[in-house]
Amino acid sequence: MAVVETGAAPTQVALRPRGASRREGWARRLPLLPALIYIVIVTQIPFLVTLWYSFQSYFFDVPQPAHFTGFSNYTTAFTSAAFRGSLVRSVVMTATSVIVAMLLGVAFAVLLDRKFFGRGVARTLIITPFLVMPAAAALVWAGPMLDPNFGLLNWLLEPFGVNHVAWLSTHALGSVIVVMIWQWTPFMTLIILAGLQSQPTDTLEAAKVDGAGAFATFRELTIPHLRPYIELGILLGSIYLVNTFDQVRLMTNGGPGTSTTNLPFYLYQQVNFAFNVGGAAAAGVITVILTIIVATFALRLFARVFQFEEAGV
Amino acid sequence: MTAMPVRPVTRDPRRFREMSGRAGWGVLAWIVAIAFFIPVLWMVITAFKPESAAETWPPQFVFRPTLAEFRLVFSGWGPFVTHSVIATVGSTILVLLLGVPASYALSVYPVRRWRDGLFFVISTKMLPIVAAIGPLYVIAVHTHLLDSIWLLIILYTAMNLPLAIWMIRSFMLEVPSELLEAARLDGAGRIREITGVIMPIISPGLVSTALICVIFAWNELFLALNLTVTNAATMPMYLISSVPQEGLYIAHLSAAATVASVPVIAVGWIAQRSLVRGLSMGAIK
Repeated sequence: MAVVETGAAPTQVALRPRGASRREGWARRLPLLPALIYIVIVTQIPFLVTLWYSFQSYFFDVPQPAHFTGFSNYTTAFTSAAFRGSLVRSVVMTATSVIVAMLLGVAFAVLLDRKFFGRGVARTLIITPFLVMPAAAALVWAGPMLDPNFGLLNWLLEPFGVNHVAWLSTHALGSVIVVMIWQWTPFMTLIILAGLQSQPTDTLEAAKVDGAGAFATFRELTIPHLRPYIELGILLGSIYLVNTFDQVRLMTNGGPGTSTTNLPFYLYQQVNFAFNVGGAAAAGVITVILTIIVATFALRLFARVFQFEEAGV
Repeated sequence: MTAMPVRPVTRDPRRFREMSGRAGWGVLAWIVAIAFFIPVLWMVITAFKPESAAETWPPQFVFRPTLAEFRLVFSGWGPFVTHSVIATVGSTILVLLLGVPASYALSVYPVRRWRDGLFFVISTKMLPIVAAIGPLYVIAVHTHLLDSIWLLIILYTAMNLPLAIWMIRSFMLEVPSELLEAARLDGAGRIREITGVIMPIISPGLVSTALICVIFAWNELFLALNLTVTNAATMPMYLISSVPQEGLYIAHLSAAATVASVPVIAVGWIAQRSLVRGLSMGAIK
């Protein structure tokens, strides 16, 4: 299996810092410190400040300085239907896009794993959406692709009885999710393809000799082999897709109404248009707590994927 | 006659079926590939249209191509592309400078609790940066970094560093331990070990790491939109600002989108293998 700690064996056993002296310990720590200090300062301090502001009443547009308000920002956030709605939409958008992108990714990878004419070119075409700047993708989908009057999609679907649908007003959430899927399917395809190509061919040959059908082989041999790759793809995909902002901002601006307002867009509005730093901070803290709960499971998955812990893959 | 090693005629139909089956899969794969590529293709085609041909029903496929929209884009993109290049290259270099020693301390010559270190690093990637955007703005104002290219370099570095450390670490684990021991016997210090032995071996891995960092930094919009105005506005910001609110603008939008996307697409196409290695965090060969 390829997704393993290949180097975990000799190098590290030999260098286990057992009984290492104090100086030795610092010699080991020194190269790590700059990065560690950097990460702590740049990623943790903003969250501490967020925690601080979540207990303050602070509006950019009010001359009054920030002052302590206890839990009032939290009660507002919890009772706010807009916040809860954006939370739910974030979960729906992330889960749908990650799952569909993964299913498509597996299918595409299986297609690309076979030899056929021009396979390299086909693979290049499939990975391209991942490389397109998300802001560019959002604008191109919103305009040239999905416009009700001149959009290419309506023209392509016309033979099937689709007549000038205004996708972004009638199917706003679906349209945004489609673009998220379009951008992240290539990513999943590449990871799964790497998994397929690392599968030992002799077991597949053996299965064929034993008379196993293609489908049975895929289910019994390939899927278990792909499992760590699938988990890695879902994990990395979720990390990035939960922060989706560009598509929402540029395709629908959170609308119509609030139908596509996810968490990132909600917080962006709170800061940029309501100037409500305290309220956004409280919403942010709640988000972070929820994320930590999810991330705890995700980290365990990470550990399993890379076989750090007991790992029963 | 009978002894002649004849190709068994009976196998031919099966072979034919196999071959046509293979062709069938190939055709399906091509259909999928083209379907996925259509939006990109349409973006590029529309970019070459005059505005009057871009917003028609039915869509026009035959038209007189023009570079007018590209000229317009290139006339205004100067500061934006400069900022993007500085932020992307600057943050990627910083990521490598911080990431290589850190990865070394988490793999080849590990600190005692290297697992905790690794998981702490990746856990910062899971905290949604959007949650802290208000306070980040306030911090930027107080540190006089608002609308400065340095702020973007600092934040993009933090954004890419965790993933980079995981990638570089996994590449370092593949360096044969005999080589490291030989270098140590020769009396090489830690720095010589990194620069003389490890770096040359993992340089393809470093390239894929840098590539991933470049993609994410070049394409980033959220932080740029919230924390910059003019002095540090990047290409995604140009894309947004160059789209007029009324009139015919679809060809112009497509040209700007094409120009903004092409650098990363080109790099990604050229370095496909590298991309795969990087995306799978180096763990997949």
